[in-house]
Amino acid sequence: MADLHVTTPAGAHPTHAPGEHEVHHELGFWQKYVFSQDHKVIGIQYALTGLLFLLFGFGLMMVMRWQLAYPGKPIPLIGAWLGQDRAPMGIMLPEFYNQLGAMHGTIMVFLGVVPLAVGGFGNFVMPLQIGAPDMAFPKVNMMSYWVYFLGGVTMLASFFQRGGAAQSGWTSYPPLADIAPGQTMWLIGMIFLITSSLLGSLNFIVTIVQLRAKGLSYMRLPFFVWAQFVTAFLLLLAFPPLEAAGVLQLMDRLAGTSFFLPSGLVVSGKALPVAGQGNPLLWQHLFWFLAHPEVYVLILPAMGIVAEILANNTRKPLWGYKALVYSVTFLGFMSFIVWAHHMFMTGMGTTMSAFFQTTTMIISIPSVVILTAFLLSLWGASMRFNTPMLFALAFLPMFAIGGLTGLPLGLAPPDIHLHDTYYVIGHFHYVVAPGTIFALFAGVYYWFPKATGRKMNETLGVLHFIGSFICINLVFFPMFMEGLAGMNRRMYDGGAQYAHNAGVLHWNVLQGYASWGLGLFQIFFIINFFMSMKWGTAVDKNPWNATTLEWSAPSPPGHGNFLTEPIVYRGPYEYSVPGAVKDFTPQFEPEKA
Amino acid sequence: MHIPYTIEERPDSGLANGKLGIWLFLASEVMLFGALFSTYIILRTGATEWPHGELSVWLGAVNTVLLISSSVTMVLSWAALKVKDFAKSRLYLLATFVLAGIFLVNKYFEYSDHFRRGEGPWHSTFLAIYFTLTGLHGLHILGGMIVMAYFLGPGAGLWKREPEQFTNRIEYTGLYWHFVDLVWIFLFPVLYLL
Repeated sequence: MADLHVTTPAGAHPTHAPGEHEVHHELGFWQKYVFSQDHKVIGIQYALTGLLFLLFGFGLMMVMRWQLAYPGKPIPLIGAWLGQDRAPMGIMLPEFYNQLGAMHGTIMVFLGVVPLAVGGFGNFVMPLQIGAPDMAFPKVNMMSYWVYFLGGVTMLASFFQRGGAAQSGWTSYPPLADIAPGQTMWLIGMIFLITSSLLGSLNFIVTIVQLRAKGLSYMRLPFFVWAQFVTAFLLLLAFPPLEAAGVLQLMDRLAGTSFFLPSGLVVSGKALPVAGQGNPLLWQHLFWFLAHPEVYVLILPAMGIVAEILANNTRKPLWGYKALVYSVTFLGFMSFIVWAHHMFMTGMGTTMSAFFQTTTMIISIPSVVILTAFLLSLWGASMRFNTPMLFALAFLPMFAIGGLTGLPLGLAPPDIHLHDTYYVIGHFHYVVAPGTIFALFAGVYYWFPKATGRKMNETLGVLHFIGSFICINLVFFPMFMEGLAGMNRRMYDGGAQYAHNAGVLHWNVLQGYASWGLGLFQIFFIINFFMSMKWGTAVDKNPWNATTLEWSAPSPPGHGNFLTEPIVYRGPYEYSVPGAVKDFTPQFEPEKA
Repeated sequence: MHIPYTIEERPDSGLANGKLGIWLFLASEVMLFGALFSTYIILRTGATEWPHGELSVWLGAVNTVLLISSSVTMVLSWAALKVKDFAKSRLYLLATFVLAGIFLVNKYFEYSDHFRRGEGPWHSTFLAIYFTLTGLHGLHILGGMIVMAYFLGPGAGLWKREPEQFTNRIEYTGLYWHFVDLVWIFLFPVLYLL
């Protein structure tokens, strides 16, 4: 199919990349599609696995939403299959609700969004955008995917062990996580995932530093590549402390140490037979040292995707490219010193709180710069409202709501009221769900033609967008009201025993229907995805008239990516250059003599 | 398909891919051990009492000398490759491997002594962090030994095909090995002396 789309520019004749002939031999099925070392195949593997995990993690939430909307009522459709130790007679046990909660968070963050955003888009798009034949270490790249896969299998398998999956929340705070069932498998799974992200991030940085095409200086990199570059540093340096914490918690569980267990701990009326003298706060510090940068790992690739799509569909240069690059770099540095704003309620003291409040307010500045630059990019544009653009445009207000509602949480006094309520859930879901996940959908629609040689269907895409946009807001917006009223998160019946919840509990029914509706609207996407692979409109190299390097390769690109060695002549977003014949001047187009 | 800069250096960064890769890997290792050392500090400052003289300073000192010597032989192995003396390089690499092996044997005696007295990691916070830190460090030693065994055995053939790449790989192994050595140089005073 690849040959169909190879067009030779008039006057030029295709020369082969150096070394192509020496190693050109057909690979078998297993090497080509399963244990592949090609960054594009690995990217697609990551993306598909990530999408499946997103669907599964969302499925867990749809079950939880039933329990919140109708506490104690038998779950329809699947209730009978869940088994006696999860939902006897289809009625959910609190322990099972806790498992679903902990695993929903873990799966969405570590198995869904990051693998799709970094492993999927990063792997597929980044080497193409910098004009590289592949990643710097193709074998390491393959290993990264398969270690991630093992981590995913471990997490899924943990549902079937005795006592079920982890149930101490995705944050796994001790002492509870040290003694609750299911946690050991979670920790082992996490160690796989951390190893995978180490292998991946190292590869990303080396590739970006070493394999940029001729003429592609750092300040000519597409913003997406910059976002991936900073993200890779966050993954490389922030994950090891969580690995350390995971090892310590494993030691607590398996070797009987008490790193996180204080002296004199009493569980169910009995003194815990451990040495004690440990520090439960230590876990929180180590955990959030990863998990705050992790928030930026979730959002930066999304911003990168949005930047590409906005520039392409406004047909204008991205506003403030340099400011964007400096902001994203500064954001990366700052993200390492804001972690304890998750811990204002731990009694760590006002001095610490003051420090972390200040850094948190500072880190909001580059985020606002980025969002403002995106908004200004729209000014005076004659926009193309295709599906990727709709999702990218929706990202802006959704991320803005998520970001602005975060400010009160970053200040200790309002956080005392809002901590551990649905307000927090609303805040970070606005950032990650209608924010990041919308950007990821935008990316799927945008780069689908590059990966398959066919466009996705517009009508189905627009239906998917409108339905998702309405439903997702109905799920998350009421959470702010619930949280402000004081409704606590992690209550398996929504907190019906508390009088202060009485006024807001009814929102749960609407949120339930909205979340199931959201599930239904994803069917449009799934159908579109598979139908378009076979019957979508076939496209040429550059269907969106875009300027960056990936659009100079065939759709789909063959092994080694480019037919001729790519050379870069200009910055990434030269749209509507005054005096030019067409409204886009690609990076790879030579200057006219 | 050919990936550029696997052997030669890229002019603007002055690095080959592998060297940048190993430095980044070591950066993440610094964060891993950094987190564990921080744990040590937090546990110790929070403890009401902290045991002294539980470990044999003598054995620890011997192990320190062993690891420092192994770092020296590691460099010599790489230097020998630089002047194309493959046989000498192998000898030094083998010496590094053996020194690392003796280190682990010593560690085994230290560990078994604790376990014989029934004082495993569960016994106290000090022993907990001691076993975690030295255990993880020991795994790093073991990992290094596996890599060395590979270059002494099946990996040695690369020297004939791509001598420059082989030299680079020994250099990267060396960088990793010096890091493992460096971690021990912090571990020894922190656990045995202070």
